[in-house]
Amino acid sequence: MTQRPLISLENVTITFGGLVAVANVSMFVEPGELVGLIGPNGAGKTTVFNLITGVYRPTSGAIKFADKNDPNHMIDLVGKKPYTVTARGIARTFQNIRLFNEMTVLDNVRLALSHSFRYGLLASLTHLGKFHAEEERSIEEARRLLDVFDLRDKQDELARNLPYGEQRRLEIARAMATDPRLLLLDEPAAGMNPIETEALAETIARIRKEFGITILLIEHDMSLVMKICERIYVLDHGQLIAHGTPDQIQHNERVIEAYLGDDDDI
Amino acid sequence: MSRLSLKNSSNAASPMRVVTTKNLIILGVIAATFALVWLLRQLGIVTSVHESTLALICINIILAVSLNLITGFTGQFSLGHAGFMSIGAYTTALILLRFPTVWGFLAGLVIGGILAMIAGIIIGFPTLRLKGDYLAIATLGFAEIIRVVFQNMEITGGPSGLASIPRMASWPWMIGLTILTILVINNFINSYRGRACIAIREDEVAAEAMGINSTKYKIIAFALGAFFAGIAGGLYASYFYFIAPGKFNFLTSINVLVIVVLGGLGSLSGSVIAAVILTVLTTMLRGFTGVNNIIYAILLIAMMLFRPKGLMGTIEVTDLLEKLRLFKRKEQVE
Amino acid sequence: MQGFFQQLVNGLSLGSIYALIALGYTMVYGIIGLINFAHGDVYMVGAYVGYWVTTFTDLGWIPALIISMITCAILGVLIERIAYRPLRHATRIAALITAIGVSLLLEYTMMFFMGARVRSYPEVLENRLFEIGGVVISSQQILIVVISLVLMFLLNFIVRYTKQGKAMRAVSFDHDTAKMMGINVDRTISFTFLLGSALAGAAGVLVGIYYNSIDPLMGMMPGLKAFVAAVFGGIGSIPGAMIGGVLIGIIETMVAGYGGSLYRDAAVFGILILVLLIRPSGLLGKKKGNKV
Repeated sequence: MTQRPLISLENVTITFGGLVAVANVSMFVEPGELVGLIGPNGAGKTTVFNLITGVYRPTSGAIKFADKNDPNHMIDLVGKKPYTVTARGIARTFQNIRLFNEMTVLDNVRLALSHSFRYGLLASLTHLGKFHAEEERSIEEARRLLDVFDLRDKQDELARNLPYGEQRRLEIARAMATDPRLLLLDEPAAGMNPIETEALAETIARIRKEFGITILLIEHDMSLVMKICERIYVLDHGQLIAHGTPDQIQHNERVIEAYLGDDDDI
Repeated sequence: MSRLSLKNSSNAASPMRVVTTKNLIILGVIAATFALVWLLRQLGIVTSVHESTLALICINIILAVSLNLITGFTGQFSLGHAGFMSIGAYTTALILLRFPTVWGFLAGLVIGGILAMIAGIIIGFPTLRLKGDYLAIATLGFAEIIRVVFQNMEITGGPSGLASIPRMASWPWMIGLTILTILVINNFINSYRGRACIAIREDEVAAEAMGINSTKYKIIAFALGAFFAGIAGGLYASYFYFIAPGKFNFLTSINVLVIVVLGGLGSLSGSVIAAVILTVLTTMLRGFTGVNNIIYAILLIAMMLFRPKGLMGTIEVTDLLEKLRLFKRKEQVE
Repeated sequence: MQGFFQQLVNGLSLGSIYALIALGYTMVYGIIGLINFAHGDVYMVGAYVGYWVTTFTDLGWIPALIISMITCAILGVLIERIAYRPLRHATRIAALITAIGVSLLLEYTMMFFMGARVRSYPEVLENRLFEIGGVVISSQQILIVVISLVLMFLLNFIVRYTKQGKAMRAVSFDHDTAKMMGINVDRTISFTFLLGSALAGAAGVLVGIYYNSIDPLMGMMPGLKAFVAAVFGGIGSIPGAMIGGVLIGIIETMVAGYGGSLYRDAAVFGILILVLLIRPSGLLGKKKGNKV
C-alpha cells in the first residue's frame, strides 16, 4: 500500500441468526480509485454496502474511514448511524432505486443538500431571515448538479415519472449532493441497454474528473466493470475469493468457478 | 414538495419573491373569509348556533392541519391527537379560571401549547422508532393514559371536568389562530426541514442515507403538531365553557384522523376543506338523532372504498391554480 | 395472600375473555396486516345475540352461545367481503379508517335499534359460589375458563391439523406464494374472519352471563385491551394471544384490586407501551428484520 486508504474494512463479519452473510472480509479503497465489487447473486455485496453505511452493524471487525480534515487519522464507522456516516463523506445509491417518488427531481437533490442549509427553525416557520437567500442558493446548487447529470430539463417532474435510466442517474446526482468523498454505487447499470450503459460509463468518468471522487462499484455488467475499474474484489458466499486488476480477475480460476457454479452470466 | 419548486422555477430570478401568485391567493382567501363572515353577521344570517359551528370548524382545521404535518407529511401514524388537545384545554381552562382576562387566555394558550409540545417530545422520543400501526397504537395508548390522569386529578375536576370557563375565544381569535396555524405549518413544510419530513415519509432508509437524522425531524414534526393541537384545545375550552376527560377520548383522535385522511394525507388545503365539510355535515346531521352517526359511518366507509386517497390526494388548491397559470403561459410563449 | 389468589381467579376469568377476543385480532392481523377495529363491536353484537336468544326463546345458554357464534361468524365474513376486501391493496391507513367506519356503523346501528341503555342478561345459569381456602370461585368463572379453554383447543386443532388451517398459516406467511401453491387466498381470509368472529361472539355471550349487563359501546374498551393483549403476546401468534389475554386480565384485576382501580385502563396501556418499546415483537412473536 503506497498511500493511506480512504476506507478500509478489517475482518468484517456479520451473521443474521446463524447465517453468515459476510465472513471476514478485508478490503480497502485508496483516494481517487475506482474499485469494483463483484460476485454472484446473494454473495453479500449489498450487505457490504449496508455495513459501510451503518444500516447494519458488523458482528465483528472494523470499518475505518479517513477523517475529512486529517487524512492520516482514520475514524471508526462501526456503530455510527447512517446519517452520520453520510455526514462523514460516504454516499450511496440503491440496487432497487429508492428515490423520493412524490418529490420533484429538483427537490430530491435539494433534500440531499440539507446539510448545507444555514437557517434556523424560526426561519423555517416564518420564512424570514436567511430563508429566501438559502433556498435560492440550494436551487442554484441543485441545478448545477442536475446539469452534470443531464437532468436539468426534468427538474420539475416528479421523480416517479422519470424513465428508468434517468431515475438511476438522479440517484447518483442525489448522492453527489451530500458532498461525499466516497461514492458507493449499487448496480447502477442494472436494467440499462448497452447505449445507456455506455452513457453511464461516461458520466462516471466525468464525475471522477470533475469532483475527484473515489468510487466503490457493485455491478453485474462485466464489460463495464472490466472497462472502468482499476481494481476488483470478488465476493462469493460472503467471502472474498479474489482481488486484483481486471486482467488478473478475468483469468482467476476461483472466480470463473464461482460464476460458472452460479447461473449468472459473466 | 412540488409547490415551492414550481414557483421557484418560474420566477426564481425575481427578488420580490414574497409577492407571488400563491401568496396572493392565500391572502385573498383569508380576506374573503373575513369579509364573508363579517357580512353574514351583519345581515343576521349567522346566529349563535352557526357561530358555534364556525368555532368548531376553526378548531377542527387547526387539529387536522397539525395532525397532517405528523401523519400526512412526515408519515407518522398518530392516534394521540386528543391527548395533546386535552393538555392545551386543561391548561387554558385552569389559567383562565384564575385569571379571567385576555392576558390569562393568551398565557393559557401559549403555556398549554408548550406543555402539549413537551408531552409530544416525551412521547415521541421512545415511540417514534416504532412504525405504522404500532406507532398508532402506542400514541393511542399514551393519549388514553393522559386522559386517565386528567380523570383522576383533583385540580382538573376528575371525571366531571371543569365548568364555567370564561369565554375569551371570540371569532377574531378563532380565525386569527387558524390562519396562523396554516401559515406556520405551510411555511415549515416548504423549508428544508419540511422537505426532510416528506423524504422520511417517502423512504426513511433513503432519507437517512442522504444525511437526514430521521428521529430528529420526526420529533420536530411531532412537537410542532402537538403544540398546535394544544392551541386548539385551549380555544375549545375557552369557547365552549366546559371540558371533561370524556371529550378527549380516542374517538376524538380518530375524528381528526378522519378529517386528515378524507382531505388527503399531505394536503393542507385538503385538510381545511375536509374540516369544513365534515363539521358542517355533523352539525346538519345532528337534527336526525339516531341515524346521524350511522350516516357518518357509512359515508366514511364509502369514501374510503371509492376514494382512498382522500379528496385532494397530496395536491394543494394553489397547485391546481398554479398549474393552470403555467399552462396558459406556455401557450403564450408558443 | 388470600386476596392475591382471589384477584388471580378474577383476573383469570376476565383474561380468558380478553384472550378469546385477542385471538380474532391476532389472526386477522397475521393474515392481512390490519388492526380490525370493528372486532370489539363484533363481540358486542355477539353479546346482544345471546341476550335476544335467552330473553325471547326458551333456549338455554349453550344454544345461545352457538347461535351467537354462528351469527358473528357470518357478520365477520360479511364485513371482510364488503368493506375490507376492496381495500386489500390500498394504503394501511385507508384500511384502518374503513375498519373504524365499520366499528362506528355497528355501534350506532345497534344503538338505533336497541337504544343506548344498559340491558341486563336474564339469569340463564344459576351462579353457585365455591370457597377454597378463603378464595371464592363462582360457577360462572369456572364456566368462562372452561369454555374458553375448549374453544382455544378447538381453534388450535383447526389451525394445526385441518386443510383450511394449514392454508391460513401459508397465507399469513406469504399471499403470493400461497396463491401459487393453489391456495384460494380470498376464501382463506374469509375463513380467518369466520373463526375470529365466532370466538368474539362466544366472548360476548360469556361477558353477558358474567357481568350481566350489555350496551352498544361495550366493545370499545375490551376491544382495545384485547388488541393490547394480542400485541403483548406477539401479534400474529395464536398462543401469544391466549397468554397475552390472560396476563392482561390478571394485571388489570391486580391493579384494580390493590387500590389502583381508577388507573386500571392506564396500567393496561402503560404495559402496551412498555412492550412496544422493549420487545415490539411481543412475548412469542417473531422478530422481523428490515431489508434494504
